[in-house]
Amino acid sequence: MIDILGYPFMQRALLAALFTGLLAPAIGSYIVQRRLSLLGDGLGHVAIAGVGLALLTGQAPIPVAVLVCVAGSVLVEVLRQRGKATGDVGLAILFYGGLAAGVLMSAFAGGGTGALSQYLFGSLTSVTPGDLVVIGVLAIVVLVPTIGLAPQLFAVSADEDFARVLGLPVRTYNIIVVVLAAITVTLSMRTVGLLLVSALMVVPVAAAQNLVSGFYAALGTAMAIGVLVSVGGAAGSFYLDAAPGALIVVFAIVVFAVSWPVSAILAKRRRAPVIISEPAEHPQIPTPHVLAGSHPHQHGDPDCDHPAVTHGDHVDYVHDGHRHAIHKDHYDEH
Amino acid sequence: MESGSDPVLRAEDLSVELGGLPVLRGISLTVHRGETVALLGGNGSGKSTLVRSLLGLTPVRRGSVQLFGTDLARFRDWSRIGYVPQRSTINLTRAKVSEIVGSGRLGHRLPFVPPSRQDRQAIKDALEVVGLADRATAEMQHLSGGQQQRVLIARALATRPELLVLDEPTAGVDLEHQRILADVLAELLRRGMAILVVLHEIGPLSPLVDRAIVLREGRVVHDGDLPRSTSELHDHHRIEHGGHEHLEEEHASGPTPSVAGPLDTRNGASS
Repeated sequence: MIDILGYPFMQRALLAALFTGLLAPAIGSYIVQRRLSLLGDGLGHVAIAGVGLALLTGQAPIPVAVLVCVAGSVLVEVLRQRGKATGDVGLAILFYGGLAAGVLMSAFAGGGTGALSQYLFGSLTSVTPGDLVVIGVLAIVVLVPTIGLAPQLFAVSADEDFARVLGLPVRTYNIIVVVLAAITVTLSMRTVGLLLVSALMVVPVAAAQNLVSGFYAALGTAMAIGVLVSVGGAAGSFYLDAAPGALIVVFAIVVFAVSWPVSAILAKRRRAPVIISEPAEHPQIPTPHVLAGSHPHQHGDPDCDHPAVTHGDHVDYVHDGHRHAIHKDHYDEH
Repeated sequence: MESGSDPVLRAEDLSVELGGLPVLRGISLTVHRGETVALLGGNGSGKSTLVRSLLGLTPVRRGSVQLFGTDLARFRDWSRIGYVPQRSTINLTRAKVSEIVGSGRLGHRLPFVPPSRQDRQAIKDALEVVGLADRATAEMQHLSGGQQQRVLIARALATRPELLVLDEPTAGVDLEHQRILADVLAELLRRGMAILVVLHEIGPLSPLVDRAIVLREGRVVHDGDLPRSTSELHDHHRIEHGGHEHLEEEHASGPTPSVAGPLDTRNGASS
């Protein structure tokens, strides 16, 4: 790990991967909450048109692609708000039109599709010092509202109607989300790449939701997972001599695969009914009759927190380390 | 009945179209301070659309809506209204109860400013009213349908509203939880809340209802005492000709909801 830090291009690549790993899952948390998991993929296609335009005009690709992608994202959101994009056809035309335009413009620029591929799957050697400055500045521009407006963006993403009746400027917040997503997608083209960035927005969020409970905890955990897999994937791809995007996404899916059984265990621990069998030896000897103390609530109530346990022919309720069984108008200790 | 006081909600000659088809036609209704009004009707009668257009969520084709005496288009005082949408329409399974109820405070908070002690207190109070104070850190998906419904009510209460609008709060909620829900609403009425509740069937909430508005194919077919049963609700001829004597008896025997006093919780919000 130390040796690759000696190369300046790797230092820049790892820093770019760090920013991408922080940003993509953060904005992805809202995208997933809004059930728009594939929005990032579509915006990636629009950004390809931006790259093609930059190649054609001889400009630096990141700033041009950011502008094109932001414009495309605002168009998508306005169409959605007007109810015009419900059929998905409009989105498909925009997204794949973006991809086709990018490929065509790249061909006119003389590079063909080969010139595009470093932007599709990431490329460690392509992060210039100028790119790193742009990525760093825009990362801060994205991160401040993503974290600072978290309660507002969460409310709007989770329940738009309720947020509107609260009097929140819902349209503005929705446009902020897609613009932040568009910037994030474009910044990711040097590391994870435009075709794979959507995975980095969605998979760490899904893994975090398996591991922790609550929206804000999942947001933080997803960002941590994102940094881990992005930096790890970028470093690993140096040794494998592969495009970093592929390894980053594979790492993210591995984390998700590990998180899956963890969530299953957590859920099982929460819900599984415990069954205690009656002692077989002396069924004729009755259990001593010990009365339980008085009670603020009825066991078995909808709000009763005490886990129900099947105990022979009746149900006990686990109560601070002992069990309560209903007996006429009181509880017995079992 | 406080017919002399300013209505918290008034709609006049309201018509709404969805996709070019008329859904609501010439609806007029009022809700007064401290009053519980049930909005009843079968599937497709326009109940939910009516509630949504009263809150500005669905555009109105014709007619006017006034909230607290202000035209809907100019109304900005949204923290006086608590909205409880249909539970099935939202996606909150992974969030914690406290995070969801916390959303209800955003009308009082500025962007980039962390929640104040007052915000945290309002969240705590709202969860206590619905009897879920001990579930603040639970995930929404681990609660029963009835408890989730009460979380959504707590979220609406966190803003400390004067009018609570509930869209089918009893849908998919078992009878036992419906009774708990009725107790929660009774407590809010005691504090002087005005309630507009959309119901598919009346059930355990019936003793709380002051007045029922029955919709049928987008028109108001009844505005007055509660119809006696669900079958009457779906047959407005019987409501108009046969059901009234029974209604009088039942209504007289039911508890009369209190309409007294300003909200106790509101005093806290204004201090």
